[in-house]
Amino acid sequence: MDFGSINPVLLIASLMVASTPILLAAIGELVVERSGVLNLGVEGMMIVGAVTGFIATVETGSPALGFLGAALGATLLALVFGVLTQIFLSNQVATGLGLTLFGLGISALMGQQYAQLRTPSSPRWEFFGLNEVPVLGPIVFNQHPVVYLSLILVVAVWWFLRTTRPGMILRAVGENHEAAHALGYSVIGTRFAAIAFGGACAGLGGAFLSLVIVPQWTDGMTAGRGWIALAIVVFASWRAWRVLLGAYLFGGISVLQLNLQAAGFAIPVELLSMSPYLITILVLVIISSGRGRASGQAPASLGRTFHASG
Amino acid sequence: MQRGPILIRLEKRAAPSRVWAWATPLVAVLMTMVAGGMLFAFLGTDPVAAIRTIFWDPLFGEFAFFYRGQLLIKAGPLILIAVGLALGFKAGIWNIGAEGQYIIGAICGAAVALAFYPLEARWLIFPLMVIAGALGGFLWAMIPGVLRTRFNTNEILVSLLLVYVAEQILAWMALGPLRNPEGAGFPGSRNLRQYESAANNELIAGTGMHWGVVAAFIAVIFAYVLLSRHLTGFHIRVAGESPRAARFAGVNPTRLILFCLGVSGALAGLAGLFEVAGPSGQISIDFNVGYGFTAIIVAFLGRLHPIGILLAGLLMALTYIGGEAAQATLGLPAAAIQAFQGMLLFFLLAFDVSTNFRVRFGARAPA
Repeated sequence: MDFGSINPVLLIASLMVASTPILLAAIGELVVERSGVLNLGVEGMMIVGAVTGFIATVETGSPALGFLGAALGATLLALVFGVLTQIFLSNQVATGLGLTLFGLGISALMGQQYAQLRTPSSPRWEFFGLNEVPVLGPIVFNQHPVVYLSLILVVAVWWFLRTTRPGMILRAVGENHEAAHALGYSVIGTRFAAIAFGGACAGLGGAFLSLVIVPQWTDGMTAGRGWIALAIVVFASWRAWRVLLGAYLFGGISVLQLNLQAAGFAIPVELLSMSPYLITILVLVIISSGRGRASGQAPASLGRTFHASG
Repeated sequence: MQRGPILIRLEKRAAPSRVWAWATPLVAVLMTMVAGGMLFAFLGTDPVAAIRTIFWDPLFGEFAFFYRGQLLIKAGPLILIAVGLALGFKAGIWNIGAEGQYIIGAICGAAVALAFYPLEARWLIFPLMVIAGALGGFLWAMIPGVLRTRFNTNEILVSLLLVYVAEQILAWMALGPLRNPEGAGFPGSRNLRQYESAANNELIAGTGMHWGVVAAFIAVIFAYVLLSRHLTGFHIRVAGESPRAARFAGVNPTRLILFCLGVSGALAGLAGLFEVAGPSGQISIDFNVGYGFTAIIVAFLGRLHPIGILLAGLLMALTYIGGEAAQATLGLPAAAIQAFQGMLLFFLLAFDVSTNFRVRFGARAPA
């Protein structure tokens, strides 16, 4: 039992790594939900991204192409969700669940021959030796490129939703799809774009897990991260910078519990392993009980089916 | 206001089509067979042989006498869980954590049995196990229930996240408190099938009929009567179809949420208990095989209707058994069946559009 074995600088650096898959998936889902679509298939898209990214990396030898493959694979799955919910007008909750169940199955099927393989590692950036700077170095200047990409995406999504015209249309579609339709905006087109973006982000998150964090392919390796990403969007009250906060908070807890396990604290391993899920539930409760504020901030058309009948 | 040539249009039906409500599952199954066959062909398996091995041989093939018993063993828990879930789904209450309630029910039931070991008193121990199993699942489902009604917390996320918590508790139990003291250090509890007072063995040899299957049939009848004859069933239907009308009809949302989650949790817990005392036999790290998730597909495939769920549960059990057979004889990967079941849900949801909408070809007809 000794706290001294836990290095705070390394803790923060590894927290950022551990948070990245969830951050990527959550920022994608944020855009989807702001357009009024509830896609519960994040877990399925992440796992498909994890497997397609892994396969693409093994086959091409390039992690960059691997991440591209992951984004494409997961987007493809997301488009199935798009076709079902937007064209066939299916129930979004049921379709999202179906996406997760199908994704878990198809990924296990695709990954069978790749289970024991390893991929070429993708190097971290070092910024001309700045990574040697004490404290700041390992945290700011020595991360994997996709970690920086995830942070750029958060800023980009914030800027897109807040200041750009397409971002405003997307929010309008999410708040009141009938009004947006009456103004001549394409509700279904906007939502398809958002769903595809959400899929690509979830795929990148999954690939970061199978290519950088683990780095290996095992069945069901996302282990509920897609669901936690969904919870973080609620936690964030549908705001981009709060998604960052939520994801890093969660990443911090999971890294800390792993460190506590390694340090051999007299807490049952299972209790530590379940703590991220328990704390996510706790945070959801606190957020949702706050005088109904969070639910008031949900996009008004969230989860409602749109059919231009008239 | 016509924008370009619209060739296929959806027109909302005044009332859902009864024909399509029943035809959709059949069309979806057929389409899944076609798409699944293509998937199997892509994997290098003869698609016709694969479909025959999965859907035909277990029922009418050479070894059907063995497989037919398996059918009820697999269908029992699926039907039991799906009937409960369907009540909630009908009312727009989404319990998707049945897998967790199933695990906790199994642990509670097994714990009661192991506490009495090696006392032989079946009249006391088995009923107590059943109560403990149902209670365990019920209480586990009450967590999302109370959080939803008290703090307005999303029950979808909470019930699902609790599955992962339940899995950790299961690992702890299998390695710790419930581990077999005479098991030479291996994880897992004593085998309950070898403990006369706790065993949930077949009631009629070779049929697969055990107490869990009996419970599933009772649950189907109970749900049927509830939905068609009882006021609570009416409330469930109104809440799902029109939440606004539900308020005028005097529906108490808090009670309805707790009722739906509680019943589905208790039934999932029962399914877990009957499984752990029977077919699986012991609490082990991975005794659960995802029935709680497959039951979601079963509920939709059965159109959230108790009788439909009975048939859907049998069909889904068939894909499990046929899938295992195809694994053994054709070398089809185990995961293929999971993908196959997911595909079934997609087709079902896609064709469901015909229940509520009329598909029209050509230009818009005059209103």
